[in-house]
Amino acid sequence: SFSDDVSLLVVLIDTNPFFWSTSSSSLNFHQFVSHVLVFLDLIVRLSQLNQIVVIATGHNTCDYIYDSSLDTDQVTGEGELPALYSFVLQRLEEFVNKDEKLGAKQEGLSEKRASSLLSGSLSMALCYIQRVFRSGPLHPQPRILCLQGSPDGSEQYVSIMNAIFSAQRSMVPIDCCYVGSHNSAFLQQASYITGGVYVKPQHLEGLYQYLATVFAVDLHSRSFLQLPRPAGVDFRASCFCHKTTIDMGYVCSVCLSIFCKHHDKCSTCGSVFGKAQLDAASDRKRKASES
Amino acid sequence: MNNSEKKRMNGEAEEENEEDVEDEGRDAWERTYTDERSWEALEEDESGLLQPIDNKAIYHSQYRRRLQSLSATSAASRIQKGLIRFLCVVVDLSKAAGEMDFKPSRMAVIAKHVEAFIREFFDQNPLSQIGLVIIKDGVAQSLTELGGSPEAHIKALMGKLGCAGDSSLQNALELVHDTLHKIPSYGHREVLILYSALSTCDPGDIMETIQKCKKAKLRCSVIGLSAEMFVCKHLCQETGGSYMVALDEGHFKELLLEHAPPPPALAEFAIANLIKMGFPQRAAEGSIAICSCHREAKVGEGYICPRCKARVCELPTECRFCGLTLVSSPHLARSYHHLFPIEPFTEVSARQLELSRVASKTCFSCRESLLTPGTNKAGPCAACTKCKQYFCLDCDIYIHESLHNCPGCESRRITPAAASVTMS
Repeated sequence: SFSDDVSLLVVLIDTNPFFWSTSSSSLNFHQFVSHVLVFLDLIVRLSQLNQIVVIATGHNTCDYIYDSSLDTDQVTGEGELPALYSFVLQRLEEFVNKDEKLGAKQEGLSEKRASSLLSGSLSMALCYIQRVFRSGPLHPQPRILCLQGSPDGSEQYVSIMNAIFSAQRSMVPIDCCYVGSHNSAFLQQASYITGGVYVKPQHLEGLYQYLATVFAVDLHSRSFLQLPRPAGVDFRASCFCHKTTIDMGYVCSVCLSIFCKHHDKCSTCGSVFGKAQLDAASDRKRKASES
Repeated sequence: MNNSEKKRMNGEAEEENEEDVEDEGRDAWERTYTDERSWEALEEDESGLLQPIDNKAIYHSQYRRRLQSLSATSAASRIQKGLIRFLCVVVDLSKAAGEMDFKPSRMAVIAKHVEAFIREFFDQNPLSQIGLVIIKDGVAQSLTELGGSPEAHIKALMGKLGCAGDSSLQNALELVHDTLHKIPSYGHREVLILYSALSTCDPGDIMETIQKCKKAKLRCSVIGLSAEMFVCKHLCQETGGSYMVALDEGHFKELLLEHAPPPPALAEFAIANLIKMGFPQRAAEGSIAICSCHREAKVGEGYICPRCKARVCELPTECRFCGLTLVSSPHLARSYHHLFPIEPFTEVSARQLELSRVASKTCFSCRESLLTPGTNKAGPCAACTKCKQYFCLDCDIYIHESLHNCPGCESRRITPAAASVTMS
């Protein structure tokens, strides 16, 4: 039977080569993975009932790496290192190769394309958690931990917000340990809205320490700890025309697009402001037939 | 007494020979058993124990039919959704609401589900407002003004639960018309009437009031708790709303929650407008200010109006001093999935799945096996038309009802050239 301190931890690992190759931080990808592996081992040792699922967030695709509840993924240890390590390392390598092959056809990627497919791995994680909820009344408490370094991709804003609201409804906290250079506004909002914890470690060489002290503890026991508090979550909106953050703007009542200046027409949905849509459509038809 | 004669005839016919009696002589509840004899669907396994009926497939096909009808109506014509809604909920608290055919009483059931509805409504439509109206003793009174805070409405409703007197539909419509007349032109005016009575006592001509509501572009819907009434049906037909009668408590809850997502907004009703809104920053930790909603000094948490710098406690709200609508970007983002809905998945039969070249027959998003449990044969599943991945039936429902993202499509990187093709 499950007591309330058993966790199901779904870890989303950012493998995006565009981030890891350009990152000027003191942590490279292999060091990062070794910190994470020790952390995963810690979770398993804390309780026999704890479950771990690892999903990789790549640049061109996402995929499951490890699931502790699967028989095929359970391997007995041999030699010095736990079998978990070699299994995950091998699967990660296969994934990174697959991710690279999928991107081989694209040329000339600019800075903007350096984002990863976080919305994909978040969606997969949430579906997996729903499956666990369906399995019956006795199940571990699920949470999602994003180990992310890539910058936010503005094209994923709507999908990430959808995932955040769905997680909030299912009461699944989204935690984040951000290893990139500037804070991720998306993940700060995710943690704030779902009741998770967002941390951007100051000293990446000690990443394992942050993971072990903040994210290893189960949800129930979090109430006994002093965890990092959210500082300055920015909820301002970006205008659709320039992508600049604004604190006052104009919102289209039809499609809710945000603009910084007054316009006559909405560039997203084509609505003409101040007129009933049917009148506007017939005006357009009349003008077209006249010209 | 036509009805009782008919019943006696049926009773005699039943004793003679059930099969020979024509359908017209039967009551409706008897007719449902002529075609579907659900007890014959029960099966026994080898040891003689009853096997549970597979409700999953039935549930999923019901869900798919609902999804198809929804997407058909929205794709058929360029119908947009009314996202900024001003809804008046009219609760009939006449003597009929005290009837106990819904346990413990109709009034208690209505109150419980209206509370859940209000929370769901503000969850799905954060920029909208609700106002409550009750009908009691033949008179309609406004219980709460149009506002965006769920707690205020729920508290007011729970405090006023007593039923008496007649019900008057016309008085309610007049009151609602006056309330909704004052709202800005970009808002969608809706009325939801929860009607328990079987009659209405009106001071004047209700047909005139209905025409007045139609002219004011009020979309009136009714959920009846007793039986279908002509005047309600006429009201809904004239104003473009929906009229349903609840069969039991579960059905009532379902019908009520159907009104939570935004209805299709007919193009002629919507006057598009640019609404000026503010996106306040959170107040600095430890800063002290007098908040404008409670008139008390508060420390730290709260938001600052960007125009007049007044402090407000929660969002969304309207600044009390300068009138600016204050929201945070997640509030707007909650409605984006209505604007960018995902396509329904196509059904894949077991045979098609077996023939497909997919290596591991598992659901793409949750990795559950797509094979029927206990066998090695493929079961029914669903597939996305864009990314061609396979999903199990439960993920299909979760993706379309709650998540609004297709995991397969989100796990693909689309190049700009391909993206421009799909957007057009």
